[in-house]
Amino acid sequence: MIPELGQFALVLALLLSGAQAYFGLWGAHRANPRFMAVVRPAVAGHFVLVSTAMAVLIYAFVNFDFSVLYVASNSNSALPTFYRVAALWGAHEGSLLLWGWILALWTLAVAMFSRNLPPSFASRVIGVLGIVSFCFLLFTLYTSNPFERLPVEQIPADGRDLNPVLQDPALAIHPPLLYTGYVGFAVAFAFACAAMLEGKLDQAWARWTRPWTTLAWCFLSVGIALGSWWAYYELGWGGYWFWDPVENASFMPWLVGTALIHSLAVTEKRGLFKSWTLLLAILAFSLSLLGTFLVRSGVLVSVHSFAADPERGMFILAFLVLMIGGALTLYSWRAPLLKSPAGFDGISREAFLLYNNIALVLAALVVFIGTLAPLVNDALGMQSISVGPGWFTRTFPFIALALVVLVSIGIHSAWKRGKLSDSRRRLGIGLVVALVVGLAISLGAYGPGKWLSIIGVVLGVWVIVSSLFDPIDRLRRRLSLSRAVIGMTIAHLGLGVCVIAISTVESYTIERDVALGAGETVALGRYAYRFDSLQPIEGPNYDGVRAQVTVLRDGKPLTVLHPEKRNYWVQRSTMTEAGIHSRWNMDLFAALGEDLQGGRWSVRAQLRPLIDYVWLAAGLMALGGGIAASDRRYRARQAAEAAATANTGTAEAT
Amino acid sequence: MMARHKRLLMVFGILAGVGLAAWLGTQAFRSNVMFFFDPTQIAAGEAPADKRFRLGGMVEKGSVQKTPGTLDIHFLVTDFKHTVPVSYSGILPDLFREGQGVVAHGRMRSGTFVADEILAKHDEKYMPPEVAKSLKDNPPPPNVATGT
Repeated sequence: MIPELGQFALVLALLLSGAQAYFGLWGAHRANPRFMAVVRPAVAGHFVLVSTAMAVLIYAFVNFDFSVLYVASNSNSALPTFYRVAALWGAHEGSLLLWGWILALWTLAVAMFSRNLPPSFASRVIGVLGIVSFCFLLFTLYTSNPFERLPVEQIPADGRDLNPVLQDPALAIHPPLLYTGYVGFAVAFAFACAAMLEGKLDQAWARWTRPWTTLAWCFLSVGIALGSWWAYYELGWGGYWFWDPVENASFMPWLVGTALIHSLAVTEKRGLFKSWTLLLAILAFSLSLLGTFLVRSGVLVSVHSFAADPERGMFILAFLVLMIGGALTLYSWRAPLLKSPAGFDGISREAFLLYNNIALVLAALVVFIGTLAPLVNDALGMQSISVGPGWFTRTFPFIALALVVLVSIGIHSAWKRGKLSDSRRRLGIGLVVALVVGLAISLGAYGPGKWLSIIGVVLGVWVIVSSLFDPIDRLRRRLSLSRAVIGMTIAHLGLGVCVIAISTVESYTIERDVALGAGETVALGRYAYRFDSLQPIEGPNYDGVRAQVTVLRDGKPLTVLHPEKRNYWVQRSTMTEAGIHSRWNMDLFAALGEDLQGGRWSVRAQLRPLIDYVWLAAGLMALGGGIAASDRRYRARQAAEAAATANTGTAEAT
Repeated sequence: MMARHKRLLMVFGILAGVGLAAWLGTQAFRSNVMFFFDPTQIAAGEAPADKRFRLGGMVEKGSVQKTPGTLDIHFLVTDFKHTVPVSYSGILPDLFREGQGVVAHGRMRSGTFVADEILAKHDEKYMPPEVAKSLKDNPPPPNVATGT
């Protein structure tokens, strides 16, 4: 009975989102305040209903209701409670429900914090979000109902268990964060569509849109970083990025989202790049949808993709065509009406932000080509291909480093018509410091490496030094620092740290795959790993072995690693738990391969300098974004300007 | 005149830059695209002799031979019509098993596929799509598929 309640709630939520779309869009079109007044209660009701559905499914998981197919497929009586809740988004159907719930949450937030916006505009934004909700819930109910029941005679005594790779704390929170980012771009998308429907896009619009977009981008950053961290220690791959199609699927909206944030800055400050900003907003959400499509339809071969189901694929494809096609049609009709009032100089801040946008979009394009070329090839009936990581590593770093140079120079430029000669001193000092410190880090601490990595470290230091000039200068002159400036500085520091860390990892990692017996060692530079012993272990729903590996530095014991190999009973699958010791400047990593007989095991032994800083950098970027999004002027000016717009509105009307 | 000259130079420079980038991009793409072949295609001599490619199929039951105490492994990949011997030295993925799907990257050397990377995905029922497709296009005789 209870699971049916969840399904019923979901159906009602679908109807309410339809109402939300209809009254929001039609009400604004006809300027009917009574229609528009319905929108906010509809949003609240929608949120309550989808939350009910979520609660029902969690209840089914926690109480082992194996009559529900989804619970039976993804849970087990031996599964700890925490993972029984996280199992909700462990597979396709539940992930969609989570997606829908997060969208309901974002919509609720928009409804609550948009009271200061012009009513017709707010109503259109919520209306567009209603369309997205409607399509997504329809998709969930029609093709992937998480509440589907098993016939009584097929109800299993116990469930098939959650996929063991997903039984991990980082992965339990990775999907919700990632989805919060993905879905958050729906808000930027809705703001863009509403502006096009209104036929009006001014600097106030950019100011309303910015905090939402930045917040979504923060969640996406953390979500991607968590996924990458998880692949590092849980899959035993040992690395931070593998150009896996599903990683790429989340990276593309991030790159375009980053471009969008910067383009919005120009639109807010100078009223420029209007149609470009709109296009980026559409693109960022389209790529989020595409990401969902790529992962959920199973068309991509990856650890993440679940079962292939052509019906679902076709539905999402139709959804994609409707959303992206509709928005782009609206764009081609309305965007030419939006004129940018002023020009700008080739080395002004606007220009540098434009170059930065070009670099980011180009980077997204490179990822797009590499990820989708196999699909396009298949769709065209050509020979099956795959694109190796070499494609990405031979193109992406150059674009990224060009971007870093642009940031380091552009950060000193002024709005409208910058003269670089004004900041010649800063550029000079920055470059000298970058060269000295960068070369000291890469050559001094690590010795000769790949030339691209040395350049990377130098440029990373350059970004850090460049982004510190302005805040330090302001502090010295006892001027206050706004949250926007603090946030921007932290995010740019994050970029610098990220570039340094990745450059160092790429060049100075030592990795060996070896066969080791008890007492045997493998040397990794100054370090050596000694395989001591192997003990059997038993967990709540698995058994396995744990090795003891002693790390020696210059022959003296430094620490002990405990890599594990686990056999999960229910799915009879083998899992690798890496043994990792993080030091401030490097990670010591060991993972067990397999029993090679004769008392030896294959061992993956790695030493990765600065790898933790890659994730730390993502955290810094997200933190910076969060601080910038909380800048006071968004709230204060928003209220003031909404009042002003309302006044002029009435003045025009009379 | 001077301004026009300058602008012409700039346009030419941009064009050259874009052209160079496009050429480098195409080269990078070409050298990193790997084609997929199944054992039947290899038996027919369709696979390139000098280029890396992807081999996909099922690991034939009872074919896995390991040299004890080392990372060396030999096995046969089959599409139930033809088989290809594969050699590999390294750590196998957790889900590498006899009788299950596998994709290997590498090149042919004197009749043996020397793999530098072995992929087997985290799903018991998983079969690489290319393998599933090539099995669907050329269904194996039923007694072989279910045998052993």
